[in-house]
Amino acid sequence: MKATLERLADRASDEGLLDVAYAMSDSPFGPLLLAATPRGLVKLSLPGHDPEQTLEDLAARISPRLLEAPSRLDQARRELDLYFEGKLTQFDLPLDWQLSRDFRRRALRAIDRIPYGKTRSYTEIARSAGNERAVRAAGTACGANPIPIVVPCHRVLRTSGALGGYGGGLPMKEALLKLEGIR
Amino acid sequence: MPPFQTLLDDHAAEVMGVLRGAVGRTDADDCFQETFLAALRAYPKLKDASNLRGWLLTIAHRKAIDHHRANGRRALPVAEVVEVAVSDPEPGDGIWEVVGALPPKQRAAVALRYGSDLPHAEIAAALGCSPEAARRSLHEGIKRLRKELA
Repeated sequence: MKATLERLADRASDEGLLDVAYAMSDSPFGPLLLAATPRGLVKLSLPGHDPEQTLEDLAARISPRLLEAPSRLDQARRELDLYFEGKLTQFDLPLDWQLSRDFRRRALRAIDRIPYGKTRSYTEIARSAGNERAVRAAGTACGANPIPIVVPCHRVLRTSGALGGYGGGLPMKEALLKLEGIR
Repeated sequence: MPPFQTLLDDHAAEVMGVLRGAVGRTDADDCFQETFLAALRAYPKLKDASNLRGWLLTIAHRKAIDHHRANGRRALPVAEVVEVAVSDPEPGDGIWEVVGALPPKQRAAVALRYGSDLPHAEIAAALGCSPEAARRSLHEGIKRLRKELA
């Protein structure tokens, strides 16, 4: 049955019927759920978030034509593995930004440009997104980041240097910063 | 609509079982692919998610019928029937082989009714005919089975 289902996912993809492919991927922090559209990685769900809920959200927001298709996420899984081993400092994955709009998307794109091993403040991100006073909204954009780790919102801190928040919990944020040699 | 993957998780095994019964083990995989590709194609426009199982079995039987038509209505020998949710009281050995030898509409009607436990209205939807015609196909099929097995 496994081969049958893999063949189905491949054929669905070939015929343009696979709108969202997903796979689970192990990480030092627990299982991650990865989802991609034909455009690119659209969602990375951190441990502690219910995968079924995530899949239902994706079905509602993008398309219910959603299948488990690990082969569509091989590159993302490979790059994440290398990142967690400290052997990759820049992801080279096509991203699909459709789950974020307007200010949030601009903020996340600004975050996407923060280099490995560097940090920015929420204020700097607000400024890059076009509204320096929208510091709280920049924080919200981080919290609503659909593709954490790859879009490195863990590199955004308070101006004071305090950690701020993180969807995967502050210990994970701290561990990622440590991995990148920041703290 | 729920993620399509949940339809596979919940119903793939049953659909495969029904198809093996209807077209044989060798061709079941192709019919399975056709069934779920057709379902994927139609899924975003589907209005009612209350009976996804019946919907999938309906498509599966249409694909089985298409398959038999494409093969010039030759009756395929069915070696074994597995994983079919049989509600027929005592399906004696070989009964599905006899079912497999019925004309396509009768065979589909019998398989849908006693293999998949679908009501007449859904059998009609599956066969693309009126409930009355579905009832008639079922009746004819049963009559012929009785004769064959007598």
